[in-house]
Amino acid sequence: MTAARAARRARLRRHRSVLVVLVLVVVALLAVTLSIGERIYGPSEIIRVILGQDVPGASFTVGRLRLPRAIIALLIGVAFGIAGSLFQRMLRNPLASPDIIGISYGSSAVAVVAIGFFGATGPAISIAAIIGGLTVALLVYFLAWRGNVHGARLILIGIAIGTMLFAVIQWVLTRIEVYKAAEALRWITGSLNSAFWGDVPPLAIALLVLVPVAFAVSGRLKILELGDEASAALGVAPNRTRLLIVVIAVGLTSVATAAAGPVAFVAFLAGPIAARLLPGGTGVLAPALVGGALVLGADFTGSQLLPTTFPVGVVTGVVGAPYLLWLIARSNRPGGTS
Amino acid sequence: MTLSTAERTPVGPSGVRPASRRRRLVAGLVLGLLVLVAGSALSLIFGSRVVSWDEIIGGITAPDPASFAEQAVATRIPRTVLALVVGAALGISGALMQGITRNPLADPGLLGVNLGAALAVVLGITLFSISTSGQYVWFALAGATAAALIVYAVGSIGRGGATPLRLAIAGAATSAALSSLVSAVLLLRTDVFDTFRFWQVGGVGGASFAQMTPVVPFLVVGLILAVIAIPGLDVLALGDEVARGLGGSVGRSRLIAGAAAVLLAAASTAIAGPIAFVGLVVPHAARLFTGPGHRWLLPYSAVFGSALLLVADVIGRVISRPADIPVGIMSAIIGAPFFIWLIRRSKVREL
Amino acid sequence: MTSTRSLATDAVTVGYDDRVVVHDLSVSIPPGKVSVIVGANACGKSTLLKSMARLLKPQSGAVLLDGRSIAEQPTREVAKTLGLLPQTPTAPEGIVVADLVGRGRYPHRSFFGRWSDDDERAVNEALTLTGILDLADRPVDELSGGQRQRVWIALALAQRTDVLLLDEPTTFLDVSHQVEVLDLLTDLNLERGTTVVMVLHDLNLAARYADHLFAVKDGRLHSEGPSSEVVTSEMVREVFGMESRIVIDEVSGTPLVLPVGRHHSAQLRL
Repeated sequence: MTAARAARRARLRRHRSVLVVLVLVVVALLAVTLSIGERIYGPSEIIRVILGQDVPGASFTVGRLRLPRAIIALLIGVAFGIAGSLFQRMLRNPLASPDIIGISYGSSAVAVVAIGFFGATGPAISIAAIIGGLTVALLVYFLAWRGNVHGARLILIGIAIGTMLFAVIQWVLTRIEVYKAAEALRWITGSLNSAFWGDVPPLAIALLVLVPVAFAVSGRLKILELGDEASAALGVAPNRTRLLIVVIAVGLTSVATAAAGPVAFVAFLAGPIAARLLPGGTGVLAPALVGGALVLGADFTGSQLLPTTFPVGVVTGVVGAPYLLWLIARSNRPGGTS
Repeated sequence: MTLSTAERTPVGPSGVRPASRRRRLVAGLVLGLLVLVAGSALSLIFGSRVVSWDEIIGGITAPDPASFAEQAVATRIPRTVLALVVGAALGISGALMQGITRNPLADPGLLGVNLGAALAVVLGITLFSISTSGQYVWFALAGATAAALIVYAVGSIGRGGATPLRLAIAGAATSAALSSLVSAVLLLRTDVFDTFRFWQVGGVGGASFAQMTPVVPFLVVGLILAVIAIPGLDVLALGDEVARGLGGSVGRSRLIAGAAAVLLAAASTAIAGPIAFVGLVVPHAARLFTGPGHRWLLPYSAVFGSALLLVADVIGRVISRPADIPVGIMSAIIGAPFFIWLIRRSKVREL
Repeated sequence: MTSTRSLATDAVTVGYDDRVVVHDLSVSIPPGKVSVIVGANACGKSTLLKSMARLLKPQSGAVLLDGRSIAEQPTREVAKTLGLLPQTPTAPEGIVVADLVGRGRYPHRSFFGRWSDDDERAVNEALTLTGILDLADRPVDELSGGQRQRVWIALALAQRTDVLLLDEPTTFLDVSHQVEVLDLLTDLNLERGTTVVMVLHDLNLAARYADHLFAVKDGRLHSEGPSSEVVTSEMVREVFGMESRIVIDEVSGTPLVLPVGRHHSAQLRL
């Protein structure tokens, strides 16, 4: 066995064990989310509810409230995590996330206007959000297109539009009546409070389509990372691949945002955390799991562990960021890899 | 022994002789300053009421308390000065931040300055019921510098020190955490939100020289450090290894530039609230004219930043009388399309 | 066992944005031989190579692989036949040598493909040939310029193509490694019949290793043929703008260019 093969095997083994741990963490979080609440339900009751049996009390609480909420939390975590990781790798910049091309700001801006000036609620906001996000993404892509889409141009124009929309959002928040503004703030912070079964199918279907494509494109991304020339030489057309990645990331971000608002920072945090847990790893599985764990953990923390309930978007930053900082600090110590 | 003709008149990389390039850059800077002067004049003239030339002179020299016009001018002076100063400070700060992190996505808020200030202000409103600009300033300054120190500390632990990558991620992660904390408080206390949302948009309205005094030392020190940092930054841009090879002290250059960036950004945020667009985008626009050399990049960023903020403020005042659209909003709305036009026009090199 | 893949350009004009670099150039790369493209800086030799590798779309004319326009063939298929060593590749941060070289197997791996024995063999062979097997688990970031260059060459070798295009493969390499790499490419050519096309800046190494030499001046073909015919002091003067004397290289029997500069030309009175 050659040294290269041995090293590769060892690394794959390490990655596999980390991935297994991540899966276990996600499962544990799911279990905890389903069982703990105002009332605590045991595993047998939960399983019976999942199997469709009618359990007094639990059927409603677990079946109609907690289960859809947990599933949606997991799904949006996966969506944001994958989208963020793809963008960061494509742009080779750890500060990147789909927000870079302004999608979240587009969604938020339209949502805030809808809530503040039109008094929209529920699904109307989601639809407005998707339209806003997709429109902005299209606009940015179109503006960056000059024969081809250069990564640098895309980023800069995306930032310009995103910052502009951010300013507009802040301004609108000062122009509307304060309670509407607070409601808008709640939406743009990202919340799972209105997550019901009805929201699950669209999200699930979209993910069913997009996630496999993301897995497929991840292989191409590994080649794209070698530079445009090397990439073309190995048979991966750079511009077409980048377009595909943008489409996937925009799609994932949009459906996730429509479900729960732009849950802050999951897209940004999942990638770097996954990269530090699996050094040298290049898949989308790890960021997906990290994203899912992050959202589940944050939602649980926000709804159960704190003296007041907080929406998930508020807690992701507080839960995820210190963990990332700790990972950075730990890897900084002598002997660690940066 | 003769030198060939080529050696006598060296040609720069762009094919243009360095002497004429310098002349062009100086001319551009002078032009920019003229624009600023004109803009300042406009700023004094326009507002919810338009004033005449005599009233301006009167307002500047010895405002007559009975004349509304001269009083208006008198209040516009600090506002104009503030717009100029904050614009310049943010422009420089952004350029420094991008230089330290070698990351085009860096902005003055990267080291957590904006959000540190925001959190401090929010806590101030919540716990101490502060509500005036004068009070915000102190809290914002404290919060901004504290956040930046934390970020720098986290990013520096261990070997290699504060590399661009670690600083960037540490800063962004810290901002994420602080932002969540801010949102947490705002969602809990709608009354705090009601006060805070007006600080959040950032504005130069209601400014007075008295309010600005606390931040002046920060600005001055920041500016001095920025100038000192220039040679170090140019060397840093070549990469840490090359920089060390050229005798530059990587850690020290970064520290000086970082301190300058934080001081300027903290002072600006403290006095005018968080203004997002200027520090992030203005250096890119400036770079399109000056190239990467910081000796020209910083002054151009300052001038562009001032111009943008000044124009934004004037337009914001003129468009929606009597209330004005805050300068942070307007600068983004005006600046973004202009910036996009610039990007589309020019050849953007790989970042 | 000579490669029968033919690579040719048919009156290609290639450029960037508004700048045309290669003008109406037609070359036919002799299959199964080592061809070298030489010329002064910015004469278009890299541009020509990139257009042959389908990295640049010609403004007019076509690049033909096996007689068919390369632009019409699926890029992944082309990648199984044509490999390229680019000038400035980027290595993802923290990646290990063996992994990076492994990515060269991409065109051959199927969609759900596991890492096959064939892939393993190709990588090991590539690492051995370039003499970096002992660096297999080192992070690429930690290597010297020369070692890194050999890693990229190994990547191109792992691709196992019939045609190999190399843009200045000797950059960063010290003289012994330069010769090693060029010898290795010659081995590849002799043993596997790989068609090798490279851009070299060193005229003497080019003269020594080329079966067929292309001299490019200002985006046009100046001359082509075996080194003995192409490397003359007229060519050096016209293509490189330099005075020279040509002698026969004692070691290889190929032409050796002795440049005549302003100093150290004591024997000559010009």
